[in-house]
Amino acid sequence: MAWLDSLSPQTQFVFFTLLKIACVLGPLLTLVAYAVLAERKVSALIQDRVGPNRVNLPLIGSIPVLGPFLTKLGFWHPLVDGVKSFIKEDFTPAHVRKIYFWLAPAISLVPAFLVVAVIPFGSTLGAQKMVIADLNVGILYTFGIVSLGVYGIVLAGYAANSKFPFLGGIRASAQMISYEIAMGMSVIPVFLVVGDLNLGKIIEHQAQNGWNAFPVFGGGFGLQQWLLVPCGVVSFVIFFISALAETNRLPFDMAESESELVSGYHTEYSSMKFGMFFIGEYANMFAGAAMMTTLFLGGWTLPFLGLDQPADSILMGLVHIGIFMGKMLGFMFIFMWLRWMLPRFRYDQLMDLGWRRMIPLALANIILTAAVLALTNR
Amino acid sequence: MIVKRNELTWFERLYLPALIGGLKVTTRHFLNTLTTKTPVTQQYPEEPTRVLPGYRGAPYLVRDQDGATKCVSCQLCEFVCPPKAIRITPPGPTGKPADRTNAEKMPEEFEINMLRCIFCGLCQEVCPEEAIFLKSDFSLTGLARNEMIYDKEKLLALGGTHSGIQKWKQKLEEAKEQEIFPVKV
Ligand code: SF4
Ligand code: SF4
Repeated sequence: MAWLDSLSPQTQFVFFTLLKIACVLGPLLTLVAYAVLAERKVSALIQDRVGPNRVNLPLIGSIPVLGPFLTKLGFWHPLVDGVKSFIKEDFTPAHVRKIYFWLAPAISLVPAFLVVAVIPFGSTLGAQKMVIADLNVGILYTFGIVSLGVYGIVLAGYAANSKFPFLGGIRASAQMISYEIAMGMSVIPVFLVVGDLNLGKIIEHQAQNGWNAFPVFGGGFGLQQWLLVPCGVVSFVIFFISALAETNRLPFDMAESESELVSGYHTEYSSMKFGMFFIGEYANMFAGAAMMTTLFLGGWTLPFLGLDQPADSILMGLVHIGIFMGKMLGFMFIFMWLRWMLPRFRYDQLMDLGWRRMIPLALANIILTAAVLALTNR
Repeated sequence: MIVKRNELTWFERLYLPALIGGLKVTTRHFLNTLTTKTPVTQQYPEEPTRVLPGYRGAPYLVRDQDGATKCVSCQLCEFVCPPKAIRITPPGPTGKPADRTNAEKMPEEFEINMLRCIFCGLCQEVCPEEAIFLKSDFSLTGLARNEMIYDKEKLLALGGTHSGIQKWKQKLEEAKEQEIFPVKV
């Protein structure tokens, strides 16, 4: 590693940042592909089916036990799906607004990946902090980026120049804007408690004072912790529901709602352009799950076995990354599960829930948290 | 009938009971399918499919107990077929005579375009000779369109032999049933 040390600090920083970007983006894209498979499998199991179990690769498929097992698991389906997306005809209908039509998939894809930049997905590995950009205003950055996500959908709806996508786009914009308010308000208690906007600091605070979603867990049993439990639970639930709405997942997938709008904003898209919306949706889910893990469930920490301290060895660093991934995948599973549990909301119910229930509740929660903190911090 | 709509209690309006109910159902199904491995899926090409009686598959011509063509080329099925999937070439005055004794003629050529057929069963219904039946075949494949036009030979081979002379028997039973049907108002 002598050549690394010989570089100037700036070059080292650039080198490690690029390395981290590669190391995050690669696995993330793989995870996205496998999340689609997981979604199909989970859906299948909940509906008493088997799910995808067909694709067999020539060489690996002939390994005695492993090959058939992987095939049964549907392990190669993401691969084949990807290839299919690429080689399918990329059809551009004659009546679309071409520029926006081309732009929309990219715009819906990029923000989801940008959010991941500030998420601390582990403590340290060697001397490097496991976060791509250690921003002091991390959370503000995420909210800024997340709100860009809606433009992809709105543009897609507008560009398609036909009714169903247009309706989908309108719904998406109304829905995402309203739920962003509730989402933003639901994290304010977290900031009140933590007193910092840096996501790394938020995790550090949670390691000492208990998870934000449930402060008694991992933070001792002081009076303040007990009093903060209801605040934490409420803001976590509101954030979770808003995250569902932001990612256009059921029960809030008004933008797609295939029973009413064919398939909503991406009706006119085919091939890899549709694939990009799809990847964007799942990447958004991952971003949401990562945000929830970081803000409310203590990020890469676990409050026992000394797992809440920054790692001092490579192995511990990897364990921390594993913990983070575990929590994130747990959220992904819940996302998929919820899909088959709840029927889709009606549009007015959705707005009602957002504006008349969640926003007032989030506001009340801010005041409650502030009061608790004011009373107990003396 | 007027359905009474109960006001939801505040607890129900929290969506919580519905949520917990949904949670229970999905968890049960998820765990059941995961552990006992009893999914309802049929692994179609590997596991043969069961077709229930009364299924309307592909229409085929049948032979009688002596192996003779039952069809008398009356062309009723051709006439009734909604998508015009059947094309019959009658023998004409100079054509081959029927290969059974109690029939005047048999079709020179009998074609069913399986791509057009909608498996409605009208041909079976209308046939006075009970010569055409919808069998249980449902997966008809071909590499070209003209492969999907089944000619007389193929239809007869696929249809097989019909056991015993059944002419009018079933229709008679049906008619009788209609008469004794208790039509009470
Ligand atoms: S089943 Fe219906 S569509 Fe098919 S050949 Fe008979 S009459 Fe025609
Ligand atoms: S199959 Fe039946 S209805 Fe059709 S031509 Fe032959 S005898 Fe007539």
